[in-house]
Amino acid sequence: MLLLKLALRNILNAGLRTWLNVVALSFAFVAIIFLRGFYEGLYDQVERATVDALYGGGQYWHSSYDPYDPLSLDDAHGLVPQTLQRLVAAQEATPILIRKGAIYPEGRYRSILIKGIEPGQRLLSLPSALLRGSAGVIPALVGSRMARSAGLKEGDVLTVQWRDVHGTFDARDVTIVAVFRTTVQEIDNEQIWIPLEELERLARLPGEATLVVLGRSSARVDAPSGWDFKNLDFLLQDLHSLVRMKSIGGSIMYMLLLFLAMLAIFDTQILSIWRRKKEIGTLMAMGMTRTMVIGLFTLEGGFHSVLAAAVGALYGIPLIAYVAKTGFELPGAADSFGIAMGEKLFPIYSGPLIVGTTILVCVVTTVVSYLPARKIARLKPTDALRGRLS
Amino acid sequence: MQHSQNSTLIRTEKLEKTYPLGQTVLKALDEITLAVRQGEFVGLVGPSGSGKTTLLNIIGALDAPTGGTVSVLGNDIASLSHKEAARLRNAHIGFIFQTFNLLPVYTVYENIEFPLLLQGLDASRRKLLVKETLEWVGLADRADSRPSQLSGGQSQRVAIARAIVKKPELVLADEPTANLDAANSHHIMKTMAQLNRELKTTFVFATHDDKVIKYLRRKITLVDGRVSKDEELPPGEVNDASP
Repeated sequence: MLLLKLALRNILNAGLRTWLNVVALSFAFVAIIFLRGFYEGLYDQVERATVDALYGGGQYWHSSYDPYDPLSLDDAHGLVPQTLQRLVAAQEATPILIRKGAIYPEGRYRSILIKGIEPGQRLLSLPSALLRGSAGVIPALVGSRMARSAGLKEGDVLTVQWRDVHGTFDARDVTIVAVFRTTVQEIDNEQIWIPLEELERLARLPGEATLVVLGRSSARVDAPSGWDFKNLDFLLQDLHSLVRMKSIGGSIMYMLLLFLAMLAIFDTQILSIWRRKKEIGTLMAMGMTRTMVIGLFTLEGGFHSVLAAAVGALYGIPLIAYVAKTGFELPGAADSFGIAMGEKLFPIYSGPLIVGTTILVCVVTTVVSYLPARKIARLKPTDALRGRLS
Repeated sequence: MQHSQNSTLIRTEKLEKTYPLGQTVLKALDEITLAVRQGEFVGLVGPSGSGKTTLLNIIGALDAPTGGTVSVLGNDIASLSHKEAARLRNAHIGFIFQTFNLLPVYTVYENIEFPLLLQGLDASRRKLLVKETLEWVGLADRADSRPSQLSGGQSQRVAIARAIVKKPELVLADEPTANLDAANSHHIMKTMAQLNRELKTTFVFATHDDKVIKYLRRKITLVDGRVSKDEELPPGEVNDASP
């Protein structure tokens, strides 16, 4: 208690030297929390968008389906089992059939996936209702990225080639009925969506599907024979890995900030011990033990972070509250970030994030303050009084 | 503590302090044997390098001897741990330095209060003792000043106040007037002599300043780390008072 009181008194009385460090450290505090909140918001947004558009409450995969192996698609289909058909009939699941295919935009061959989905499904955020009722034509949906890269627009007629279940090449024209905007690249890049019934007919796979998506609030049933249930933990693991990689990138940024702030604290401590040698000697002469003096200097350094947290809160809380409420526009280039990002990002500043970051910075600051203070343990009082470091 | 009223406060027997100096050894103190009783007003006098400050540091448990024994307030200095030495200094010894060594970010009041904080006294007791001491040294009106706002004489009076506020048995003063003019030196010495008389505090000075020597009642002359003369000074105009 005495050391706490003395340390606080020392740094408050040190004036400008203290406040310069405190303000610099508070910038690091706010920037770290701001960045971490940004990433938290980003990942939350990405995960929600991906689940809403693609994963639902989990997926039943045909046992041959391997999303990383397009060749598996030749065999990855089967009749939707009775148990799953009941879920589909109750609008608690929706089947998707996936076949390999090719298109020829501007005369160039391009390998794609043809995905069949029920136009009436409401479980996924894909605008499948636009595939309804176009007599005589096969309606198709493409995402905005796909449309941009292939030079497609609404109303275009596109020749699509595929192989049916017997391996025979076939081709039809499809009409692009809509170009939908989505942040989820997994339903956009290199694929077109057509009505499930049409794809079943074209591929000669009536009543079959590659996977069945369970509704988010639907109860899971045991996977029928020949089908495997993939829960969200499994389905999102790639996204989580990607998020982890992006987090590492973000962490480097705030570690750098923290490092710079800690460098300032370390430097201050070194200077402080150097400048206050006589004072250290005097403190020892008055009866402070070396351990107490080390504790005093460590606490002084640590208090910088406590004051910085308070100062950072003064301007940081209004700032992050405003940003969390209004979000901020992402530049066009953000679309190439590799994961589903909206046009506007809403950072998430949770209590654990703020408290955790504050504790982390305080602990790191205290440790950094302790390192130079250890030198005092080797200091003789007589040398200190003479202004020498032994 | 094992000493009693009017007992010997400091006793050294063949005290030695050597420092390695390259290939050789520098003998700072050479078989110093002396005793200082409670209430004495004694000076260690001698030229620079004679060992005054070294002896004062050892008596103050800031340094340890390399030979012989030294007992302060019944404690064998050589055998004290860092913690025990700190406790001895905190409870029983006050220090006054040539350069005042006030804590620059503290006010006069806070500087004087500091040793009491280390002793763990409660706030009301601290306030009482600090105010009483400030009045003693005549600085009650400068309680809120910072050391940088004080003159040399005032600074040294604050240092004296800080040394005596805890009412120690022993005050060690290393060249306390070296940075002061004649008027301030006399004022400081008068204050310390008065404290010695009124509180029965033992004062040991390291000095070669005649202005200090005039006030001493015992002068121990050191030459090359040895006691060359140990004399009681006859009562005079300024040191005429019994402890």
